[in-house]
Amino acid sequence: MPYQTMDRSSLVASTLCFLVCFALSVQALRARAQGASSTTLWVTLGGFLLQTIWLSQRGQMLGRCPLSSLFDVLIFLSWSVALLYLITGTTYRMSLLGVFTSPLVFLLQCLALALPLPDVVKNTQPANPWLELHAAVSVVAYGAFALAGIAGATLLVQERQLKTRKLHSFFYRFPPIHDLAAANRRLVYIGFGLLTAGLVAGLSQGVAHIGFLRVVSFGIWGLYFFLCLALGRQRISPRQTAWLACGAFLVLLTTVWAVQLVEK
Amino acid sequence: MELVCLGLSHRSAPVELRERFAIAESRQGGLSVELATVEGLQESVVVSTCNRVEFYAVAHHSERGFEALHSALTERGMEPSGDAFFRRSSDDAVRHLFRVVCGLESMVLGETEILGQVKDAYGAAQEARATSRYLNKLFQRAFNVAKEVRTQTNITRGSVSVGSVAVKLAEAIFGKLSACNVMILGAGEMSELTAGALRARGVRSIFVANRSHERAVTLAERMGGKAVRFDNWHGEFEDVDILIGSTSAPHFVLTQSQLQPLMARRRHRPLFCIDLAVPRDIDPEVNQLDGVYLYDIDSLQAIAEQSMEVRRGELVVCEALIDRHVREFRTWLDAAVARSKQTEPVIERHSSDAAVRGV
Repeated sequence: MPYQTMDRSSLVASTLCFLVCFALSVQALRARAQGASSTTLWVTLGGFLLQTIWLSQRGQMLGRCPLSSLFDVLIFLSWSVALLYLITGTTYRMSLLGVFTSPLVFLLQCLALALPLPDVVKNTQPANPWLELHAAVSVVAYGAFALAGIAGATLLVQERQLKTRKLHSFFYRFPPIHDLAAANRRLVYIGFGLLTAGLVAGLSQGVAHIGFLRVVSFGIWGLYFFLCLALGRQRISPRQTAWLACGAFLVLLTTVWAVQLVEK
Repeated sequence: MELVCLGLSHRSAPVELRERFAIAESRQGGLSVELATVEGLQESVVVSTCNRVEFYAVAHHSERGFEALHSALTERGMEPSGDAFFRRSSDDAVRHLFRVVCGLESMVLGETEILGQVKDAYGAAQEARATSRYLNKLFQRAFNVAKEVRTQTNITRGSVSVGSVAVKLAEAIFGKLSACNVMILGAGEMSELTAGALRARGVRSIFVANRSHERAVTLAERMGGKAVRFDNWHGEFEDVDILIGSTSAPHFVLTQSQLQPLMARRRHRPLFCIDLAVPRDIDPEVNQLDGVYLYDIDSLQAIAEQSMEVRRGELVVCEALIDRHVREFRTWLDAAVARSKQTEPVIERHSSDAAVRGV
């Protein structure tokens, strides 16, 4: 198997883009701007394109979807969050909610960059498209859940201010509770749909035979299934949904880490 | 060359006096040009709003300018005498105009409506050719100062009235209010004002319930809403997003136990309760319910006061900005006056030469 090393400069540049986005968002928040500026969106797009370039090069070198290590998973997760941030819609993107997205992506990429980049072990076998789809779609689903968690956390902060009647200066700069609840719900549904698609793709290729991963995958799917069920039947309020979205994402992060630990 | 300003405002004159001197918008341009042609005055702008009447003019000497203004106004049946009238000249006049357009002289500190009113007054004077070099420069500079103060300070920040705070909170909960239904319990003045502010933001419909159904019908007609029998207000409640309580009932009209089953039917839609009544109409315990946000008159006033406090805190920054612009304007004015003094003899010489040649 041929070994190769890989240049990380596009990844570093992308990380810096998200740092700039974070700084711009904070500046906009301080200046009490109504939404993200076009500069912020262009810089986000630049960061996303640099991520895409790096992931594409990585994929070509590996000969499969770049999800072979924790490093790759973190970068792919960051890419998913940025992708969803850009496509989720104006309510989410144009608001200063993006102030939380850029630091999340920045943090995930910094964590990845702090890890040693595993040498490329070229996959000489032809890649199984179903398995690739399974892995990629699952990580994009995790990105949707991350954004749902962010929307949920913002809703909880806004709700608390409204309930206690202690309105911070940034209160009026964030999206309305009603829109946050809608974004939260929508992202949970999108994430669940993607996760299900990924799981089906994996099951069709016998991925479910892997013991611990199977338990984790089904556990997370079950968690979000009940969340979607409760949402569909209108059994839970937006506040409860927000709490559950935050909690479920924390569980999800823990399991990603646990899976890596078990695999080692 | 001096700038003079003679006027009265809400700070110095009661409304009875202000209304005597108020000049209709259609008359402002005409009066400006009349004053500008008075001997001793060169240019003029008349600003008249509900809170102030001010005459700005350019004169060779400030005292003679004030005298000319005084006589011209007296001739027109508006004798500006008494303590209610203030006089500002030179840099004080410039500073005064800058403070006015920035909303620092307004009844509600930092309000922005005054800027539009002064712009209109200046526009009318300019159109009537009552302004020239000095007042054009002064007013254009004033509008730039207002813009700078607005963007660089927090003087216009936040809502400072109960109605506007309620609207802001409603928008923070629902976003656009065009899909929201409002219910008023009790046809009081405060509830009408608040509902009016919400209606101005495009709420879908307004229901009015009052113990006296006739009053409910009257208010509903005025608001373009629908009157509901007071005993039957629960019936319409399912569609309501914003509830305004303003009855004179000595007890709670809405309690937690009453609201809980109603909320269950609302499919988790939030409910914004505005309790303007004293004694209160809505049990404070309803705020514990999921999706219910209750604000009474004190909490709304506290938010308005908080915003006003922020604005007051910005005064020092605004004053510093204005001082800088006053100095800059003074520098420009001195240079402009010096330039005109240099060119005047040349013009006079040319004129006399032309006269000798019989041109």
